[in-house]
Amino acid sequence: MNLIEVDNVSFAYTEGVPVLKNVTFSLNNGSVAIIGQNGSGKTTLVKLLKALLKPISGDIFINGINTKETTAAKLARTVGLVFQNPNDQIFKNKVLDEVMFGPLNIGQSMEEARENAIKALETVSLVDKKEENPYDLSLSERKLVSIASILSMDTDIVILDEPTIAQDYLGKAKIRSIVHELVQRGKLVITITHDMDFVGECFQRVIVLSEGQLLLDGPAREVFSKEDVLRSANLEPPYVAQLSKTTGYQGVLLSVEEFVAYYRSAMEDWERRS
Amino acid sequence: MKAVVVENLKYRYPSTERLALSGVSFEVEQGEFIGIIGKNLAGKSTLCEALVGLVPHFYKGAYGGRVVVDDVEVLSSSVSELARHIGIVFQNPFTQITAAKLTVYEEVAFGLENLGFQREEMVKRIDYVLKLLGLYAYKDRNPFELSGGQMQRLAIASIIAMKPSIIVLDEPTSQLDPLGSEEVFKAVQSLSKEGITIIMVEQKMEKIAQYADKIILMHEGHLVDFGTPEEVFSRPDLESYGVEPPVFTSIAKKLGIKDNNTGLYPVTLEQMRRLMIGEPHRS
Repeated sequence: MNLIEVDNVSFAYTEGVPVLKNVTFSLNNGSVAIIGQNGSGKTTLVKLLKALLKPISGDIFINGINTKETTAAKLARTVGLVFQNPNDQIFKNKVLDEVMFGPLNIGQSMEEARENAIKALETVSLVDKKEENPYDLSLSERKLVSIASILSMDTDIVILDEPTIAQDYLGKAKIRSIVHELVQRGKLVITITHDMDFVGECFQRVIVLSEGQLLLDGPAREVFSKEDVLRSANLEPPYVAQLSKTTGYQGVLLSVEEFVAYYRSAMEDWERRS
Repeated sequence: MKAVVVENLKYRYPSTERLALSGVSFEVEQGEFIGIIGKNLAGKSTLCEALVGLVPHFYKGAYGGRVVVDDVEVLSSSVSELARHIGIVFQNPFTQITAAKLTVYEEVAFGLENLGFQREEMVKRIDYVLKLLGLYAYKDRNPFELSGGQMQRLAIASIIAMKPSIIVLDEPTSQLDPLGSEEVFKAVQSLSKEGITIIMVEQKMEKIAQYADKIILMHEGHLVDFGTPEEVFSRPDLESYGVEPPVFTSIAKKLGIKDNNTGLYPVTLEQMRRLMIGEPHRS
């Protein structure tokens, strides 16, 4: 059984204006980025996975349960969604209360919830801010609080909607390490993002949506090698991949480290031959 | 005439202890495209607010030093008076677009109506800015039916219509997809070519390196550096200010690929390509 099974799903907010058209894929643990232009259906897809919306046709199974036969509240133990804008998510006036809310809501005891909340705050390095009002924190820290409030529920699936927006270098590095840690712990991490270099560095699999249809689905390296298809969806490969192409490299390099290693060995080769 | 003169600017928000800006000084020439970078709470947005007069006129607080934009002293001018010289575009177009108007055309007209322009002049200006920003085809659309990139361009158009000689943009592309960001950068670049001075806060280092003439690096309220993108991103201590250089510069630093004439690292794909292709593939 797959953790997520999306079977021929279509959706429309208004009749006759489809937002998703016959989308099919399945997901298990690991990391997946869903990319596509604004309006390509990414956020709608995520809302369907969270059972906030139900497919018009086709089915979505989360852990074998059809989302049409369950509720977002029941799914909360399995699927955690971090909103794009933390201000849409945060409503308590103390960081710790905010992060404890999820665990309490899915039936954990006060003690358990507190323990899990502290652990989650440690993961995002905000444990020393636990007594503060989230709105006294910077937007970047608030985003990390909203991530912690999902981590504290320890769901099998964590969805991050545009996690790198408004993050500086340190915030981004923090988010990259959170993704790696979750994957190592056997979770399924799904992100929606426009940040292709973040995708290239952090995500194993990439799904490309264009005008409501699934355009590409495969390992990141394979998807980013299909430059023409990406361009048809108004997307570009990560900068590192673009750079590797200009050097005449045949494959696709996805991180600074990969590029540096490739270039060094190419230089050595060249020196040996000349 | 300098477009912007900032002299020893110090500022503290009301009921806070820390200086949000601490002894900031710099000068900007007419028509320059300036990028502002730095980590969160470096003072980037406060600096933008100080340029357009929201600091100190709206936020109050403790203020010292001097800001002059377009030959107008900020401290002794009202925000509305300053709006004729300097305009600001915020991060989120949703907060900027008035929602009081039903079409793109009327949205642009709104600011002009407030400034009391004659109808003929208004029509001329609105047509001009909608064409300049590639929005003329959408003039009868509801602003909230536009894409993110289009909406941000509308926010810019509404500011340009008031013909400020300086435009400040505070992370205008952070909510946009790659295409939308590119649209905004291209639009801003075309304004810059028309002689409008641009001051833009941005987190996308590859883009700001490509488009800006000079870059201001802020850290904890201080101006740490003010120079060309190559100069600022080549700093060996850049990461200690919470800033990652463009990915091309990171790679070049690791590989020691420099421009031998200047001793500086490349900051764009094109510069990187030029420096690399001279090396292993020449034989």
